[in-house]
Amino acid sequence: MDSKRKMDSPESNVLTRSSPFPDEVLERVLGLVKSHKDRSSVSLVCKDWYNAERWSRTHVFIGNCYSVSPEIVARRFPNIRSVTLKGKPRFSDFNLVPLNWGADIHAWLVVFASKYPLLEELRLKRMTVTDESLEFLATTFTNFKALSLLSCDGFSTDGLAAIATHCKNMTELDIQENGIDDLGGGWLSCFPENFTSLEVLNFANLSSDVSFDALEKLVSRCRSLKFLKVNKNITLEQLQRLLECAPQLTELGTGSFHQELTTRQYAELESAFNNCKNLNTLSGLWEATPLYLPVLYPACTNLTFLNLSDAALQSGELAKLLAYCPNLQRLWVLDTVEDKGLEAVGSSCPLLEELRVFPADPYEQDVVHGVTEMGFVAVSYGCPRLHYVLYFCRQMTNAAVATIVKNCPDFTHFRLCVMNPGEPDYLTNEPMDEAFGAVVKNCTKLQRLAVSGLLTDLTFEYIGKYAKNLETLSVAFAGSSDWGMQCVLSGCSKLRKLEIRDCPFGNEALLSGLEKYESMRSLWMSACNVTMNACRRLAKQMPRLNVEVMKDEESDDSQADKVYVYRSVAGPRRDAPPFVLTL
Amino acid sequence: MDSGLSSLGGGSGGACGGGSSTNESVTTVSKVEVVEQMSTEASSYPGEAELELGLGLSLGTGGGGGGGGLVKPKQPSSAWGEYGRILTAKDFPSVLSNASSTAPRFSNSSAGPVSGTKRAADSAVSQEVGSATAASQVVGWPPIRAYRMNSLVNQAKALAAEDDKADSENDKFKDTLKKKPYTGSNKNNSTVKEKGHLGFVKVNMDGLPIGRKVDLDAHACYETLAQTLEDMFFRHNTTMPPIRSDVEKGQSTNLSKLLDGSSEFVLTYEDKEGDWMLVGDVPWGMFLSTVKRLRIMRTSEANGLAPRFQERSERQRSKPI
Repeated sequence: MDSKRKMDSPESNVLTRSSPFPDEVLERVLGLVKSHKDRSSVSLVCKDWYNAERWSRTHVFIGNCYSVSPEIVARRFPNIRSVTLKGKPRFSDFNLVPLNWGADIHAWLVVFASKYPLLEELRLKRMTVTDESLEFLATTFTNFKALSLLSCDGFSTDGLAAIATHCKNMTELDIQENGIDDLGGGWLSCFPENFTSLEVLNFANLSSDVSFDALEKLVSRCRSLKFLKVNKNITLEQLQRLLECAPQLTELGTGSFHQELTTRQYAELESAFNNCKNLNTLSGLWEATPLYLPVLYPACTNLTFLNLSDAALQSGELAKLLAYCPNLQRLWVLDTVEDKGLEAVGSSCPLLEELRVFPADPYEQDVVHGVTEMGFVAVSYGCPRLHYVLYFCRQMTNAAVATIVKNCPDFTHFRLCVMNPGEPDYLTNEPMDEAFGAVVKNCTKLQRLAVSGLLTDLTFEYIGKYAKNLETLSVAFAGSSDWGMQCVLSGCSKLRKLEIRDCPFGNEALLSGLEKYESMRSLWMSACNVTMNACRRLAKQMPRLNVEVMKDEESDDSQADKVYVYRSVAGPRRDAPPFVLTL
Repeated sequence: MDSGLSSLGGGSGGACGGGSSTNESVTTVSKVEVVEQMSTEASSYPGEAELELGLGLSLGTGGGGGGGGLVKPKQPSSAWGEYGRILTAKDFPSVLSNASSTAPRFSNSSAGPVSGTKRAADSAVSQEVGSATAASQVVGWPPIRAYRMNSLVNQAKALAAEDDKADSENDKFKDTLKKKPYTGSNKNNSTVKEKGHLGFVKVNMDGLPIGRKVDLDAHACYETLAQTLEDMFFRHNTTMPPIRSDVEKGQSTNLSKLLDGSSEFVLTYEDKEGDWMLVGDVPWGMFLSTVKRLRIMRTSEANGLAPRFQERSERQRSKPI
């Protein structure tokens, strides 16, 4: 409106204003843009928009904590209330990165303390967080509300105690999958008696007992509690009492689902679940047995996410349970359900969009159970909306994968892990090249791909040629020569993260990506054929990349055993431990 | 780079649990490096494919060698799967040769990337032991996060605890071996642990003039002991990259002969009465109270123990995994 009037009016000269909107309006409008990718685009339009965007941004997402410094972030974005930070390379989850590698949150907290004293939310993934940092966080930021720690390490329950003690306005405490030193459950009792603001509480992965009395009182007085995920020390009886206090829960993680109950207790439990009509997410269920699963049935009508990855269910139990979950969109299971269980998934869950099948016995090679290609195929027939899959199995065929992607062409995330490295198609004994070829040809929306099995360079030719939307690629024990990696680097224009281990890719491959790495978040290569000299060349020619090498104990001086390359505007790390060589 | 690396059942390096498999939720030290070495070696010694320093490469890449041999022979039973049962001579070469995640040893001795914090090293000692036995052939593979590994190990223990109630002592023991791979800090194991302690006992291996000593106190089950011995006698010598001395080559050649079936090693012990017995027959606690010293003996020489050995291996062969 404004702009039209201005353009028509002879008095105003549109060319003197780079934007037709007053700044306040622009900021207001841009403030509604939530996606960080969109905001990045917005900031590139012109200087006015860049400024409006930076003033209106309240949440910043930093995918690699070393790509930028806290000072730079604070300089650009003065009004941040919420920060999401990711630290270590993803392969650190699998012990490929030594401890004390870095990604310590403390330096960030110190800067935030002075620049963002009103900070409310902190979400960290794969960062090192010490108890001192947690205490600093709790005592410095008076407005602090939400803490989420996923796959972090370096802290103990003492740190959690500090948070519980000092954060008066806490709404979210989400502690997941961390390398935490569990010194006891006393931290939970540190929430003051007048504390009532909690909405999210997840302590499922902590192993020691919390005071149930404290927990029950906490749950009772936090009337806005929506997500509650307890650890496996909470019994069924205790769970029932919690559910009585909080029937409004939308996400529930149970404790141990195995206890001898009297008939009355069973009935009470059933009734408690019956009252939980708002549940859309269910997890926990440790040691669940067929005896008690039925108490869940009435609560499952509105379930969209069912996480059974801690419950070693058999196919029959799963089938019975799924019959009550018609609206399921996401399902995580252990492979104890076997192909038969997956057939039940195919027939009971037409709305399924995400499936993750984890191995119950990952290191047992000679296993006659688990899931095979048949289970996956069965799901694909029954669940055409499937777009996210993580599948651990011991055998696969090219034909099966071709069928799967024909049934489900909308895959955005395809992560197939055939557990024996270098395993060929077990029926034809051929490499699995055609399988992944089918995936990339059929699934044009593919963003994330993890390959496994016996693969030659052909797989990577296919990927480079067809996977035009691919952003993340994980490769292990695959490929035949540098050519494979070169295909990916030159073909996948949207590639952001490439992680490779134990592949025959060497210097030529590494250096072919010279121009590419600045457009990517990071590259990880371990146990490949890259030399120190090549890394040095890369570092020299691309000064805005950080090239870091970690060497194995007994390897050659010339070998670069673990290479981590990432773009950064902050220059080389200043906190690198001695075993990380920055070139 | 020859395709052997990827075609071998894994270019698998050493074992080394992908996770910390421990009751406490402390992350383990990154195992690693040694393991990575293993994988390089794997491709260079096609003949040793099985040994792969054990990594159950016997899984089937035995025939694969370095080249395009992609056929996966159906192994009757991989060494891998057998680790949980009573250990027989057949188990040992593979179990012994399985690279283990003896990260603590490495991390303590080197200043390299493997070294973690002291806390990690300490906790690693109790953890690695277990994770070694539960370990996959390769560090960080399959790619499963540590917390999930803990969960799985605990589930296995819980299931084992269930079974224990029902079974006889002997069976219970077998199940213990099978389902409680990690018993380092397992409370359930306290009963067997309380029986006697010996500290260090001598271990000699046929063919090696110099013996070693192993601290039995540091172990709570046969698997971890076997892993440790394997590290001591097989891996330490062969950890070097292929380009190094002939000594290693000689060593591995030796071992390869073992694995092609013509001769194998068995782990035996001398008990208080002076008799040489096959390790693994009796409950761990009883073993601790009677063992005087250990010997890694050639199978050919173990014929004296034959009746029991054969009887057991027959039982094992028919026993489903």
